[in-house]
Amino acid sequence: MVLGADASFLNPDKLLLLVVLAATCACIVASMMAARAGRVPKIRRIAGLEAVEEAVGRATEMGRPILFVPGIQDMDNPMTVAGITVLSRVAGTAAQYDATLDVPVSRSLVMQAARESVQAAALQAGQPDWYDPERIRYITDEQFGYAAYAAGAMARDKPAACFYMGCFFAESLILAENGNAVGAIQIAGTAETAQLPFFVASCDYTLIGEEFFAASAYLSGAPDQLGTLRGQDIAKALIALALAAGVAMATIEAFSPATVTDPAAEVAP
Amino acid sequence: MSGGLDRRWIYLAMMLAVALPILWNGVTGKTFPESPTPPSQACFDAIEALPEGSRVLVSFDYDPASEGELAPMATSFMRHLMHKRLKPVVIALWPLGPTKAEETISNVIKADFPDRVSGRDFVNLGFQTGNEGVLKVIGTDFRKQFPVDRSGTPVDRLPIMEGITKAGDFPLVITISAGYPGGKEWVQYVSSSNPGLVLLAGVTGVQASQVYSYYPGQLRGMLAAIKGAAEYEALVSAAIDGDGVTPPRYTEARRRMAPQLFGHLLLIALIVAGNAMYFAQRERKAVAS
Amino acid sequence: MSRSVALLICLVGGLTMLVSPFLPMATGWANDVTDWFNILAAMAFVLGGGSLLKVQLMRLSARGPGWGYSAVTLLAFVVTLWVGLGKVGVVADPSAPTVAWSGKPDDEGSAFWWIYLYVMTPITSTLFAVLAFYVASAAFRAFRAKNLEATLLLATAFVILLGRTFAGVVLTGWLPDWASGLRLENLAVTIMDVFNTAGNRAIIIGIALGVASTGIRLMLGLDRSYLGGDA
Repeated sequence: MVLGADASFLNPDKLLLLVVLAATCACIVASMMAARAGRVPKIRRIAGLEAVEEAVGRATEMGRPILFVPGIQDMDNPMTVAGITVLSRVAGTAAQYDATLDVPVSRSLVMQAARESVQAAALQAGQPDWYDPERIRYITDEQFGYAAYAAGAMARDKPAACFYMGCFFAESLILAENGNAVGAIQIAGTAETAQLPFFVASCDYTLIGEEFFAASAYLSGAPDQLGTLRGQDIAKALIALALAAGVAMATIEAFSPATVTDPAAEVAP
Repeated sequence: MSGGLDRRWIYLAMMLAVALPILWNGVTGKTFPESPTPPSQACFDAIEALPEGSRVLVSFDYDPASEGELAPMATSFMRHLMHKRLKPVVIALWPLGPTKAEETISNVIKADFPDRVSGRDFVNLGFQTGNEGVLKVIGTDFRKQFPVDRSGTPVDRLPIMEGITKAGDFPLVITISAGYPGGKEWVQYVSSSNPGLVLLAGVTGVQASQVYSYYPGQLRGMLAAIKGAAEYEALVSAAIDGDGVTPPRYTEARRRMAPQLFGHLLLIALIVAGNAMYFAQRERKAVAS
Repeated sequence: MSRSVALLICLVGGLTMLVSPFLPMATGWANDVTDWFNILAAMAFVLGGGSLLKVQLMRLSARGPGWGYSAVTLLAFVVTLWVGLGKVGVVADPSAPTVAWSGKPDDEGSAFWWIYLYVMTPITSTLFAVLAFYVASAAFRAFRAKNLEATLLLATAFVILLGRTFAGVVLTGWLPDWASGLRLENLAVTIMDVFNTAGNRAIIIGIALGVASTGIRLMLGLDRSYLGGDA
């Protein structure tokens, strides 16, 4: 049943957004089902994720810890959820190598989620005893209090590998520069566009925006998850087409005789 | 070491580049002249366009960490609003925002506009937890999130809040923001839901590149970093003080432009030096091979 | 079983938030979901505080390297909690002058206010200001004219750095009005307004699609890593 805009069931101001959302979801779900049916897309190599094993291996060889920072926002932020996904992979690899993994967090709920994730990764790696909940600990909700702790921990423990995966603000450069100063291999991932330049400047690898959100599908290798990435690309192509059409129409309108006014006519009374 | 140079030398140079101009400012009291860029001018024009007595929603979305960049913006906005006899309704999405708002109210309203009465000419409604959740709710029901002012008086009893039921009832909204929640969230949850509403943002330098994406569509004007603050401050001073002397507390942003200038010049010098070392090293390697 | 309940909560909560902008009747439901999350996060703070105390007390009792820091952390935690909850030094509210605790804990003159003003404010301001030093060292190390793209980036940085200060006016202020677009301060605005905005919008569109895709994976239970995976 389609209700009219005046039925107050549907917000008329948001109809266009609803259409865009429905089209995007349709692309993603259709691609996911196609992947389940056997049409699994090929995903390009993401250097930052490929380097996880190298970073963990390096930490193991040097006998130094790995530091994982899952951002400073709570579990209601999709970047934090994406960060926990990468943590799961890092923890699995660290458990295999028996490397030390430190995860200071700035939100209590993130601490709980990170503990669940790391414990499960240790179990899957066949190293249940490796898991130590005290290494995943709450520091403070305060942004710079947390950054000060992380910077201090880097100076004291000199981690060989640092991961920054989540939502970051001004503390991003404090973390990355301190990690650089202790010579750690650094891998960052965030969708906070304002912080990307700092990570690019100071880290060895950076997952930029949607690359970061693709990490879960990329790391799982599950066909239905990989399918959602193709759906994203199809939606992106549709948006690009809509943008091109909008630009063309705006340009035509700007140069149409009805829009271009005669300056002389404007001055004349 | 940072690229062949002990980073402590860089830190020392930066300290001197910032500290010496601050001392120079303090001794001479001189500032550089400012000419406004379009985003800052747009902020000034949007406030000038409001009729006297209009209510303006001002959100203090920052804490002491970014005070150096954002407090001068808040001071200038408040001074401009008071001078135009507009009525600011102050809220905060950051826990420490209300304290910053109280400081601004004390420095501007209580010091220079003592005839203005809290609850009638301005009000501080304090902080509400929930980040963008607060913005979603005030879009439909303002009083659900802010039922009382900071001193506990119900907003139903405040003359300044008469007829205000949702964020869209304010003709102008100003956010002074340091990050999340801030300018981006105000655009996403308030500006986009209220097409007639004018939104202005004062943001830190780091946020500016991101928030620029919304200007001048969803965001009518913006003050980008201390440079934007200095431009707007100069506009407000010219409108209020004319050729007279501006009290020092209203020149805070412009006084910070000298340290900014020398800091930037040092950065350029460091980049040039870094490249010189890089090319010298590359040449040595080429000769050696 | 518990994992199924968690996935169901995720699905219902996600769908509620998804439809709330479009269905006016669902706005209240979305507000309720947000409220529930805030209540959960507040309750979880007890877990966080417990973790903090436990880890710092263990370090203190073991007297390992850096135990002094743990002592400072514990002292700061306990003192701030005490002056905040105990409303130490709070001035009574004028509406109830005989009730000592009627004022707010962060009112001017209280011990909590003192800690905020004289401890927290200078410390956080200092840490934010430290960024200037890190920016300098990162710029020195990272900006290298290694190829054409890097050189363009470097030139852009120079324009922005000069254009955002009085140096821009001094260096190019002499340009006539017809060439005013080439003045450094105007070039800086053009770069931010056109090139920066174009790039940022492209990244933001990609991020929005990434968030949508991640949301669908979470709601459908395809991605369960935040619950500890399939284990």
